Amino acid sequence: MKNRLLWPGIALVALLLLNLVVTPSFFALRIQDGHLYGGLVDVLKNGAPTLLIAIGMTLVIATRGIDLSVGAVAAIAAAVTCVHIGTSPDIGTALVGMAIALVLCAALGLWNGFLVAGLGIQPIIATLVLMTAGRGIAMLVTEGQIITVNNDAYRQVGAGFVVLPISILISLAVLGLVALATRKTALGMLIEAVGVNPEASRLAGVRARTIIWTVYVFAAVCAGIAGLMISSNVSAADANSNGLWIEMDAILAVVIGGTSLAGGRYSLAGTLLGAMIIQTLTTTVYTIGVATEVTLVFKAVVVITVCLIQSPKARAALSFRKVAVS
Amino acid sequence: MLKKITTAASVIALCALTACGSGSGGAGNSTGSSGDTITMGFAQVGAESGWRTANTKSIQDEAKAAGIDLKFSDAQQKQENQIKAIRNYIQQKVDVIAFSPVVETGWDTVLLEAKRANIPVILTDRAIDSDDTSLYKTFLGSDFVEEGRKAGDWMVANATGPTNVVELQGTTGAAPAIDRKKGFEEKIASKPDIKIVASQTGDFTRSGGKQVMEAFLKSQPKIDVVYAHNDDMGLGAIEAIKAAGKVPGKDIKIITVDAVKDGMTALANGEINFIVECNPLLGKQLMELTKKVVKGEQVPPRVVTEEGTFTQEQAKAALPQRQY
Repeated sequence: MKNRLLWPGIALVALLLLNLVVTPSFFALRIQDGHLYGGLVDVLKNGAPTLLIAIGMTLVIATRGIDLSVGAVAAIAAAVTCVHIGTSPDIGTALVGMAIALVLCAALGLWNGFLVAGLGIQPIIATLVLMTAGRGIAMLVTEGQIITVNNDAYRQVGAGFVVLPISILISLAVLGLVALATRKTALGMLIEAVGVNPEASRLAGVRARTIIWTVYVFAAVCAGIAGLMISSNVSAADANSNGLWIEMDAILAVVIGGTSLAGGRYSLAGTLLGAMIIQTLTTTVYTIGVATEVTLVFKAVVVITVCLIQSPKARAALSFRKVAVS
Repeated sequence: MLKKITTAASVIALCALTACGSGSGGAGNSTGSSGDTITMGFAQVGAESGWRTANTKSIQDEAKAAGIDLKFSDAQQKQENQIKAIRNYIQQKVDVIAFSPVVETGWDTVLLEAKRANIPVILTDRAIDSDDTSLYKTFLGSDFVEEGRKAGDWMVANATGPTNVVELQGTTGAAPAIDRKKGFEEKIASKPDIKIVASQTGDFTRSGGKQVMEAFLKSQPKIDVVYAHNDDMGLGAIEAIKAAGKVPGKDIKIITVDAVKDGMTALANGEINFIVECNPLLGKQLMELTKKVVKGEQVPPRVVTEEGTFTQEQAKAALPQRQY
């Protein structure tokens, strides 16, 4: 367990060190309008949605599934809330809007769960349906326009602070709750059992279908909250771009964190590290000024390096060659 | 085996039938041009943004005003839908075909069909990539390099002393991003005092603009001006500047391109300093060109959309009538 987290941890530290060397001001923290302000705070704030979605994704992947629809669900949550808020500045309207959005997201999660657990469709195909259709639904809700809102209560979700950004506090709270619920009870073991072998676990008396259904609903609700964070951060819902490709970031975070895509074994701490690595990488690109043409290549090189050093085979091959050369 | 093949064949035939049905549905039902009224077939890209919706409305309104019979179809961002719509217009023998190509390539065959049927073609908003320029009469649309130059001109005219500019680029590789950067750099080259100290892509989105600007605010010791390739990234930058405890428009000046309603509102409120217009309202120019083309008059192969620029004062005056 410790060993699995060692390498992603080292990767994160290395990325942060790179920032320290190139832009020493990256680590500067100060108090601005009563909250912390600095590069690290940005990493936490902007990484919060990815982290939240990755937590949901971790549980889905642990059951040997995958959820590609999270980005679209995030866009729907943002669209529904912003359309509901409209021009109203009240806190009440914002709360009702968010509640409607999250209930809707839970319903979308039920749909995914129905396709996967109820009909037995391959998760990658089942959630692809909502990934494609979801963005269309969000476009219908916003009528293809960017909906700008001016509501202070809503702004707090993604851009607000209680010393630290509220968004990261929400994500960490969810992480803590999930860790408690799955590690202090048998739930975690049951999820892993379903991931290892759904049929055997069903025969052993585990309610595999209910568990699969639950993780998809949970993932959709996480995606919904993340969508609220993303849109609240800029006080606008953009059905085209809210949460675009975030499913890929989330899956990457889960994999970097050491959770196997084959299901069965998962690490929440690893997911936390993975999400932070991805956001640090994005912020690093901006701060050290990587040219836009090579940004994607730079990111790919970092990701592949992290994945390689995690692979025992690759590490063994590398050290073998070192020995051979010397 | 045979059964499988026949099933597959019938499924394909069924698909083809429904496809034809939807194609002709989009193009309207009246046939051919009659008498003096000009019939125009227009194949729009889709309805992906507020800019595009305003573009569509302008074309529909101006066609009505000019007495041109407009057959309109929406391609939902798919090239095959657009090709289908154009073929339909050819069959209906419209007088003019106009369209905004979804992508740059792959138009030669269908445009050759139009040419053989003697139907002139006008491109709007986006160009096509083809060696054969006889396939279309003219291309009406914005000059993105010129938009960058206008932004650069304002920068040069309003710079006092050394100025550090950060640039929020559009999607990497997109024509507006490349050209708006080029035009701006061309103009500020005359003043060595003005330097672009950082430039990153914000993908034309508000979240992108905000995230990049947050990083710039930490890594750059002195930022005087933000140049954003569209309004949305500029609006994101405003949020980031506010969170850093600075006043957008005063401590850090902002120049953007597009002039959509949200951008104009921020300009009127003093949070943006200057906006270069990228005008979707090209309906009127399109109808004028159409009339000329139908009469057989010569038209220039490239017509640039009439576009202006807005200062804060002009924005306050223009905002109430802003349609998009």
